[in-house]
Amino acid sequence: MLSVSFDEIIAKLNAGKLYDFPGGVHPEDKKLLTSQAEIQTVSLPEKLIIPIRQHVGTEGRLAISVGDRVKKGQPLTRSSHPFAIPVHAPTSGKVTEIGPHVTAHPSGLNEQAITIIPDGHDEWTSLTPLSDYTAHSSEKVVEALCDAGISGMGGAGFPTHIKASGTKKIEFMVINGVECEPYITADDRLMREHAWQVRQGTDVLAHLIKPQVIIIAIEDNKPEALKAMQIACQDSADIRVVSVPTKYPAGGEKQLIQVLTGREVPRDGLPADIGVLMFNVGTCYAIADAIFQGKPLVERVVTVTGEAVEKPCNVWALIGTPVNHLLKEAGYNPTKQAQPQVVMGGPMMGFTLNDADVPVVKITNCLLVPASGELIDEDNERPCIRCSACADACPASLLPQQLFWHAKAHEYDKAQEYNLFDCIECGACAYVCPSEIPLVHYYRQAKSSIRQQRDEKARAEKARERFEARKARLEREKIEREEKHRRAKEARENKTPAGSSKDKVAAALARAKAKRAGKEENNTEQDQSATQTDKQAKVAAAVARAKAKKAGGQQSDSKDNQDRSDNVADEKKQQVAAAVARAKAKKTQRDSKSAPDKNSAASEENSSAQSENRATDEVSTQSAEDSKKQRVAAAVARAKAKKAQRDSKSAPDKSSPSGIAKR
Amino acid sequence: MSLTVALIAIGLLALIFGLVLGYASIKFKVEGDPLVDQIDEILPQTQCGQCGYPGCRPYAEAIANGDEINKCPPGGEATIKQLADLMGVEAKPLDAAHGEEDEKKVAFIREDECIGCTKCIQACPVDAILGAAKHMHTVITDECTGCDLCVDPCPVDCIDMVPVSPTTTSWTWDFDKTPKGDIPIKMVS
Amino acid sequence: MKLTLSSSPHQRVQRDTGQVMRLVIYAMAPAMLVQMYFFGWGLLIQSIIAVSTALITEAGILRLRQKPVVRALSDYSAVLTALLLAVSIPPGLPWWMTLIGTFCAIGIVKQLYGGLGFNMFNPAMVAYVILLVSFPAAMTMWLPPVQFMADPLSFADTVSLIFTGYTQAGLDVAQLRTVADGITMATPLDAVKTGLTEGLTYSEAIQSRIFNGGLANSLGAGWSWVALTYLAGGLFLLKTKVINWHIPVGMIGSVVVCATVLHIADMDFYASPLFHIFNGSLLIGAFFIATDPVSASTTNKGRLIFGAAIGFWLVIIRTFGGYPDAVAFAVIIMNMAVPLIDYYTRPRTYGHGSRSNKRGR
Repeated sequence: MLSVSFDEIIAKLNAGKLYDFPGGVHPEDKKLLTSQAEIQTVSLPEKLIIPIRQHVGTEGRLAISVGDRVKKGQPLTRSSHPFAIPVHAPTSGKVTEIGPHVTAHPSGLNEQAITIIPDGHDEWTSLTPLSDYTAHSSEKVVEALCDAGISGMGGAGFPTHIKASGTKKIEFMVINGVECEPYITADDRLMREHAWQVRQGTDVLAHLIKPQVIIIAIEDNKPEALKAMQIACQDSADIRVVSVPTKYPAGGEKQLIQVLTGREVPRDGLPADIGVLMFNVGTCYAIADAIFQGKPLVERVVTVTGEAVEKPCNVWALIGTPVNHLLKEAGYNPTKQAQPQVVMGGPMMGFTLNDADVPVVKITNCLLVPASGELIDEDNERPCIRCSACADACPASLLPQQLFWHAKAHEYDKAQEYNLFDCIECGACAYVCPSEIPLVHYYRQAKSSIRQQRDEKARAEKARERFEARKARLEREKIEREEKHRRAKEARENKTPAGSSKDKVAAALARAKAKRAGKEENNTEQDQSATQTDKQAKVAAAVARAKAKKAGGQQSDSKDNQDRSDNVADEKKQQVAAAVARAKAKKTQRDSKSAPDKNSAASEENSSAQSENRATDEVSTQSAEDSKKQRVAAAVARAKAKKAQRDSKSAPDKSSPSGIAKR
Repeated sequence: MSLTVALIAIGLLALIFGLVLGYASIKFKVEGDPLVDQIDEILPQTQCGQCGYPGCRPYAEAIANGDEINKCPPGGEATIKQLADLMGVEAKPLDAAHGEEDEKKVAFIREDECIGCTKCIQACPVDAILGAAKHMHTVITDECTGCDLCVDPCPVDCIDMVPVSPTTTSWTWDFDKTPKGDIPIKMVS
Repeated sequence: MKLTLSSSPHQRVQRDTGQVMRLVIYAMAPAMLVQMYFFGWGLLIQSIIAVSTALITEAGILRLRQKPVVRALSDYSAVLTALLLAVSIPPGLPWWMTLIGTFCAIGIVKQLYGGLGFNMFNPAMVAYVILLVSFPAAMTMWLPPVQFMADPLSFADTVSLIFTGYTQAGLDVAQLRTVADGITMATPLDAVKTGLTEGLTYSEAIQSRIFNGGLANSLGAGWSWVALTYLAGGLFLLKTKVINWHIPVGMIGSVVVCATVLHIADMDFYASPLFHIFNGSLLIGAFFIATDPVSASTTNKGRLIFGAAIGFWLVIIRTFGGYPDAVAFAVIIMNMAVPLIDYYTRPRTYGHGSRSNKRGR
């Protein structure tokens, strides 16, 4: 790859020079609407909706349930996976709902979310800061970042702790304060008002990553922020605060890397591959909060702007605040809009909301409410005149119009040949297009269709494999069956001439006798049950249910016992106890399961069963009766037992059934 | 004399070309019938049998042997078009006798009603139903191809074909599929 | 009311296709005025014929194709094509030829290929070539600049000439071209071409009367002034970023190089680069015709190649071909090569290695 050497870059930085990226546009920045006023606090909304997945990766596991009271900062989900990041209660209150809710996504579809009604106290949970982070291992600090729910706040929402725990050697750590999108001033205000905290967060990251150079990049249309950061970083020789020429999209990760270092992130690669890591200033602020105060990420700065709000401003919004609450606070004036429209994010890359109930999430940096005529009002697409103004504007040196032709014609192979997936969707091409073609929209559709086709292809492939495996299995079973028949036939043929007819008769008699004896035995055993009515069966089933429940309870009890005995010195003894407990639990479960199946098995188990399992045994005895009702009851009992077992989630999960049997 | 030269020359040429052809036929020998594989690749692998063949591969073989290409409702127009391109024939509309193109669905077993008869398990062409005799069954949604074959065998009619609803990851930037709300405006009096 | 949804970006630069085309027309306007000053009212009448034919043809065909008519007409692309054709044809051309030419440009070259953005060739240039090949005599009957004419044509005379073939005094174009002393006035390119075939050297050929009153001694009267105004208009287009510098620079640069090489090789036979630039339609071609975005190359490197190749063909055809001027031919030849040029001049995408493996997946 076109790699510029470290020394070269440093020399250039020392000389105060930067590289440039191709293309780019200069939209009217409109930042003055909000950049002059301090970040304000807003009143508590009536409800908060916290989507459980707000980052790139998987969602955490729910840690609360409906009806729970939560305190501010209490984790609502727990991380069970490296790519899972917890979300936290933004204020104290009551969880009223966990379920699908419209989410901050261009599709406006529903995702799993937790709804909290604030109690108005805004009471913090107990916080555990890690102020002496240098004294702790990096793992511990990284874990603290993960537990604080920190993911990139600039755009994509990549989990910060994963970036910070990479093993690649990092030469440049870049703190991105470029904020190149028009209208948005959230990072600008944050740097002006909280430069020191941003610096602290940077220090934490530097401690984890140990880069050779730290660069804080700020676009030159934010002189105040630049000044503030320079003052905050003046005591550190490692940190360079660099002013970047204003050009959209200089704040894009790849573009900023190119501007600062002249290096390009290889396709299919990550910035770390070329020795660069980038963090947003907002993320740094959140890191400082998490490490020095112990506060998880529960609020962020959001720019509420546009000419259709009376008081455009920056606000500290709790994660989960519905958009309409912020609009109300900023004085939304519907008469200024011909058609209601709210953009989440900036005018170049933001997406329109389909519902005012959409919550603010960790990556929400702006709400733009345009007056009519302020942004594009109508779709006025004309034919492409191949002027290639788009190619001149493209920061990735793509050929947008070729991509457009192929995307429009659904020629996805060709679109990919023109590197469709290298498009960063910055919107510069559509911004300059004289034919007003929504180019990026076409690319997005093409990209998602290609992804869908890939998925479908993979599914079809899997279906084919499964179908073929099944066919092979059926074939095998058929052959085996035939083989069995053949053998049986052969055996019969071999046997017949060997035994005399007298023997046969004797054998038959013996068989019949044995059968009768067996039946009688059964009958005596089941004397009672044979005469039982349906009602009795029901009662038995109820008893079985109760017992099963109890057994489940015992299971958890035994687990508790086990936990308690952890403290006991005699480890072996404890293990034995645990094993016995597990075996008991398992047996209970197996008994109830096998009840409808085999009478003999039940009687066998009878002998070894513990006294508390008697009731279940009764059921199994009775189950010999061939009535349908009773079977149903048994099934219910089984289901209950299963549920009980699932609730306690203990012994059967941990050890395999065979292991128990052996022990 | 010239006649002999001509004969020898032609004979030599014939020999050379014969060798070249013979070599080529060994070197570039076509293994199996790639056409069937290519057709199979295009078919959606739902294994639904709506085409009248017991699975996608048998239908692929039938197409290779000259059957119509418009008998696959799950694949729909897109599949027909691809098949037409591959086979070099005219694309034609879907044969309604084999069913109509429908949105993607997966089977869903209402588990309370399931009696555990295993009939659907036997019907499923891709082993996407789990369960044992007299035990409740369930469908592995990810594996289900939506072929519909399990619905009929069910004696208690507890299997539904549920349309797959779009998620944020499967959404293809189609704003028409997005429910639209408004901004509730509270009149300040 | 429901919230409106749209895809980003939600902001757009305020210059649409119509504005781009209008800017080009504005840039042409001064040169057209200069052309009328030197060559009379003919251009105005031809422009009116061409523009109205273009608009009617475009509207009619769009209607047949069931496309929105008003929106397509308001992009001014048909007007621009018509004007480019009008300035290229002799001002005294019979009206029905202009009409046929414009109809071919809009109806056949543009709309039959799918309308704006889909035409492979430059419509005005194809129309010009069709006319040139079909009506060679009429298409080369350029009237001399007014300063050489005994009595310049009045507006009424011009109208009469275009619509009836004769002025009110009963003179036809051939007679009008014969100036006072019985010599037929040719265009500068024609004059040199004829002179050279008649055995004159280049320096003798440019002694022709047509070169009296030009910018310099080898530059035609009237013609070079018009060319100069086109150059100014082109610079305006560059300044307003309607066109990129690549095509004009490639084209003029290549003409300079090719012409210089030839001129140095044999000064008696080959014209100087300056002669090539300021005579004929090279400058309008470089800034207004070859830069037509639809039919030109779309990558910057491709544009340089495209322009340079046009310049090359221009010199070759002017020098060795049968026709005195060659912008139309050169542009059409290179229009055909555009897909190839575009394919091989794709820029290196961000994050991709050298271009050699750009097609690797």
